[in-house]
Amino acid sequence: MTEPLLRVRDLKTYFVTEQGSGTARAVDGVSFDVYPGETLGVVGESGCGKTVTSLSILRLIPEPPGHIRPGSFIEFEGRNLLTLAPKELRAVRGNRIAMIFQEPMTSLNPVFTVGHQIAEAAIVHQRLSRKAARARAIEMLTLVGIPDPGERVDHYPHQMSGGMRQRVMIAMALICHPQLLIADEPTTALDVTIQAQILELLDRLQRELGMAVMLITHDLGIVAGSADRVVVMYAGQVVEQAPTTELFARPLHPYTEGLLASVPRLDTRVSQVRGRLHSIPGQVPAATAWPAGCRFHPRCPYAWDRCAMEEPPLLDSPGGEAGTHTVRCWLLTEPGRRERHA
Amino acid sequence: MTHAPLVQVEGLVKRFPGERALFGLGRARRTVRAVDGVSFAIAAGQTLGLVGESGCGKSTVGRAILRLIEPDAGRITLGGADVVALRGRELRALRRRMQIVFQDPYGSLNPRMTVQQTLAEPLAIHRLATAADAKRRVTALLEEVGLDPAFGTAYPHELSGGQRQRVGIARALSVEPQFLVLDEPVSALDVSVQAQVLNLLADLQRKRRLTYLFIAHDLAVVKHIADDVAVMYLGKIVERAPATALYAGPRHPYTTSLLSAVPVPDPKAQRQRIVLEGEVPSPAAPPAGCPFNPRCPHPKKNDRCRTEPPALREVVPGRFAACHFAEQPM
Repeated sequence: MTEPLLRVRDLKTYFVTEQGSGTARAVDGVSFDVYPGETLGVVGESGCGKTVTSLSILRLIPEPPGHIRPGSFIEFEGRNLLTLAPKELRAVRGNRIAMIFQEPMTSLNPVFTVGHQIAEAAIVHQRLSRKAARARAIEMLTLVGIPDPGERVDHYPHQMSGGMRQRVMIAMALICHPQLLIADEPTTALDVTIQAQILELLDRLQRELGMAVMLITHDLGIVAGSADRVVVMYAGQVVEQAPTTELFARPLHPYTEGLLASVPRLDTRVSQVRGRLHSIPGQVPAATAWPAGCRFHPRCPYAWDRCAMEEPPLLDSPGGEAGTHTVRCWLLTEPGRRERHA
Repeated sequence: MTHAPLVQVEGLVKRFPGERALFGLGRARRTVRAVDGVSFAIAAGQTLGLVGESGCGKSTVGRAILRLIEPDAGRITLGGADVVALRGRELRALRRRMQIVFQDPYGSLNPRMTVQQTLAEPLAIHRLATAADAKRRVTALLEEVGLDPAFGTAYPHELSGGQRQRVGIARALSVEPQFLVLDEPVSALDVSVQAQVLNLLADLQRKRRLTYLFIAHDLAVVKHIADDVAVMYLGKIVERAPATALYAGPRHPYTTSLLSAVPVPDPKAQRQRIVLEGEVPSPAAPPAGCPFNPRCPHPKKNDRCRTEPPALREVVPGRFAACHFAEQPM
């Protein structure tokens, strides 16, 4: 197997809360790999730690109140990003690793033209002249499918629609041909027809530019359509990790199973769906007080006494190659319990 | 359909004046026809799903029905009562029968009021309960929406998104309405919580025999809850049909495209995704002819589509579509 491009090991990002009500362990021992050219989907609900994980990779966590705990390790192209000097880190950010955010409205600067903002990274990282950088910006606008790029390059963000702004964000992120693109909910703020356009665009650009994509989303439909592998997060931890087809065919963590069952679906007949939706009881606990034992046990239909006391490690699913499909659940040691429950 | 309609809307129009340029100088821009001749009926105890993308006018329809904004033209009746003609006390009395639940459970609750105060206020306004009685009613309401009555003393910031939305639903139910406008009630919620709230809405509907106008952009969610579905584009309904029929075989190319754009949580589903070109045009300057024609992927699209706006017509009994080629859907 090829070497991973990005290797995250035991990442712990904690925040000290204002009222002194304790430490929020937003990301608490997360490990995963991203391989060159692949799309890794990271799914989970609000507060599971998926965004904090991505911000930690680029060291964009504000300190204080946040801090990445000693013992955490993030290796990219053979170097530990957590120990890089600021200057070296800047050479990685926006150059080798780029990021796009959910809010195309607020992540663009309203007082500069989009051309100026797209060209900035090329001027800083590739030392292009202003003129050359502007030409590159126009090329990038063409690449992301913006009509009249020669004219649009001088427009300000407010003159563009949400979908267009997200295309500008993508152009800005890709101008230096990064090896890794971190896309944090890139289509959440967009309408469904525009979302389809942006997802197509990301697919095409990934194929053309050969970069790896870490796609962070809450939408299992998007993951199913775009990701090669999926990491499912819950309460600051990875609870399941598998190739996409495997995860959807055989979800083994009760949380993944519940999440898949609670999505209202379009691909079932109306007669089948007019009943009750499956729902996961309760809600995600607070990051300052994760439950003891398995963090999902208070909401889990299969939980037994061991789950409340002992935290399960990531276990290999039976039948697969080690490390391909891993699950943080004691059920894997006692599969009979799942069948008896059904 | 066997039930008589509870809510009837005919030819609803709402225009918003175009904004002036900077500092109110210059000539006013063209009027925006946010809602442009919308008609539908909802039978008692049924749910109409009203779907469309941002800016299509779906929320404006919901608000105009409740007279939260004044419609410019059209007829709206609730159980035979003329909603548009009523004024003052009579309108207030009618409002008791129709309520709204908003999308944003963060912005729609008063942060300075406890849950108890929020739920008791409508009871006081409509003089439905004495102070002592109100407390008992609030407890019952909280239990009905699946919240521990202990939440009565909590402030909104102490609640999660799902809990706030339950409070929003309880507030709407407090005056015992017949009709609820649900404006994107689960869009802001996480998937697992969204399912809880959808189940709650379905249970309440059955128990209280409520009639819903369910406004949403998510076609999968609407499929789950609606009996009938109306699809809006640029202020007009472009397709209206029973949910079963609409999802099985849409008649308007916009509905077809919308359905194909929704990501399905199944990696093996090899779907033909129709990616629409361009974006929704400004409602201040809708295209001539069929408003959807510049983006329409229908292979039969022709000059007629560019000049003659198609009327919403009954293609087969009970199924309406505004497309010249509704008989030959994509």
